[in-house]
Amino acid sequence: MEVRVANVRKEFDRFPALRDVSLDIRSGELIALLGPSGSGKTTLLRLIAGLERPTRGAIYFGDEDASLKTVQERNVGFVFQHYALFRHMTVADNIGFGLKVRRRNRPPDSEIKRRASELLDLVQLTGLEKRYPAQLSGGQRQRVALARALAIEPRVLLLDEPFGALDAQVRRELRRWLREIHDKTGHTTVFVTHDQEEALELADRVVVMSQGRIEQVGTADDVYDTPNSPFVFSFIGESSSLPVKVEKGEIWIADRTIGISAPEVPDGDAVLYFRPHDIELLEGSGGCIAGTVAASRRVAGTRHVELEVGGDRQRVELEIPTSHPASEKTRIAFRPKKWKLFPVAG
Amino acid sequence: MSSSPASAAGWRFRTPSVIPGFGLTLGFSLAYLTLIILIPLSALVWRTTSLGWTDFFEIATDRRTLRALEVSFGTALIAAGVNVVFGTIVAWVLVRYRFPGRRIVDAMVDLPFALPTAVAGIALTTLYAPRGWIGSLLGPLGVKVAYTPLGIVIALIFIGLPFVVRTVQPIMEEIDKGVEEVAATLGASRFQTIWRVLFPGLAPAILTGFALAFARGVGEYGSVIFIAGNLPYVSEIAPLLIVIRLEEYDYAAATAIATIMLALSFVMLLFINLVQTWSRKRYG
Repeated sequence: MEVRVANVRKEFDRFPALRDVSLDIRSGELIALLGPSGSGKTTLLRLIAGLERPTRGAIYFGDEDASLKTVQERNVGFVFQHYALFRHMTVADNIGFGLKVRRRNRPPDSEIKRRASELLDLVQLTGLEKRYPAQLSGGQRQRVALARALAIEPRVLLLDEPFGALDAQVRRELRRWLREIHDKTGHTTVFVTHDQEEALELADRVVVMSQGRIEQVGTADDVYDTPNSPFVFSFIGESSSLPVKVEKGEIWIADRTIGISAPEVPDGDAVLYFRPHDIELLEGSGGCIAGTVAASRRVAGTRHVELEVGGDRQRVELEIPTSHPASEKTRIAFRPKKWKLFPVAG
Repeated sequence: MSSSPASAAGWRFRTPSVIPGFGLTLGFSLAYLTLIILIPLSALVWRTTSLGWTDFFEIATDRRTLRALEVSFGTALIAAGVNVVFGTIVAWVLVRYRFPGRRIVDAMVDLPFALPTAVAGIALTTLYAPRGWIGSLLGPLGVKVAYTPLGIVIALIFIGLPFVVRTVQPIMEEIDKGVEEVAATLGASRFQTIWRVLFPGLAPAILTGFALAFARGVGEYGSVIFIAGNLPYVSEIAPLLIVIRLEEYDYAAATAIATIMLALSFVMLLFINLVQTWSRKRYG
């Protein structure tokens, strides 16, 4: 099922949580809404589910305007961070709930039971039909919650920070497993996360959100390699930045050029963004960025150093090989291999 | 989610933690309960034994005694039942909705706790007497409230309401909104959500409220005697019969009725407690 979000705005008590958001989700796609807290990602998910009504705009499932339908009619599967299982029901009853409450096309009890154990097989919890949620671990509960959402054959599957309450190892395991389930069942799936690793690893496309707006939509490669805004650059992956000046296509820090030219960038103040590991260390002093080491930390396989650059001692972080004899006050010169310039507005 | 090791492995002390205080608090609790509850109640039973079985049996099966017990327990059951329904609704409104005057309504729920019961009884009697505001309206319809068991029920509803509201309210506040939202996305109507998802979670609390309101109703004296009219065999409650026996200096008969009430109440409360333990274990 294709889902189209068209110019949606959502206000809570006049405070805009989403400002004019549009998004096309393809049928069968696994898509991640990624952003810091307060970016509006959960609000967008709840709007698609019908748990909130948009202040303006509409949401289409295929060609039909879903905004006119209630939550009950939309036929979406929703999974909450804290599972929201029905505590007084067995695992099988939880999974069968969506079928049992049907007025029309309610399958017979035996069919519901069969369906529940089928789904339990799918989520790898075979034989736990009779357990109560209190008797399950966090990871198992989230699997049950997913099976319950899948039971109604949802048109769209929506997951709100599905692994947020689990510890790191279970998280990684469930991540792989969710991908497998998605490939097997082929439901259009949208999930919300603030964990970029999760989003990049799991999703076909990532929607980066900030302050109620969509910053960028693209594959993991797109948003990492060609971020289209300073926010996306600094939010996805490690990043370092330096204020620079552009003059006739040459980039200047204080009164020195740094050996990078940017012919298409208009003159004026700008910020240079690059990845701390994506640099080359240089000898000499011309055509490079140079600074003195202010701090140095050994992190696993590499060394992170903080460099003070230029007269106003801008701090910038670099990743250098552990073999490099950097210590405090050492002078290091480098040049970013890949970088991006964002002009300072105004 | 608390486990109860005692039920699994027979009678055993729950292993106290390293944090001190177990011995002291248990000892204090036992001493206190003995002093405040056990000694007075044993004295009551002790006093009854002076009667001997035949006399006791005669008092216990006396038609007036039986009828008084029937009125007491019957009206208390009905009143607790009514309170369960409306008390739960009141709690729901107080927990779920924000409206002007909510704090005042919330405070009002406690008034039956605080008001001297006799005042409540007199007020209710004035309202429901044949010439009272409400009584004069109900009279032409053939409904007589004051001086009938119906009047007793109304007094007990008044007295018992806060017990239900105050036990259900905190549990309701803890309901996870996500559970309701999930039920909605799965296609459940509002009614189905309330009945199949929310109510089972509230049932233990509602049951506790019922037990408390019922227990209070059985023992209630002050508010009832004004509105009941106290006609023997019709609207005479057991606590009143005890007082009557006392005034006749028939202490043995008074304690005998009291012992019967005690036993009945204990059995019913024990039963309700067992049902609760069962439901907690299932839904915990």
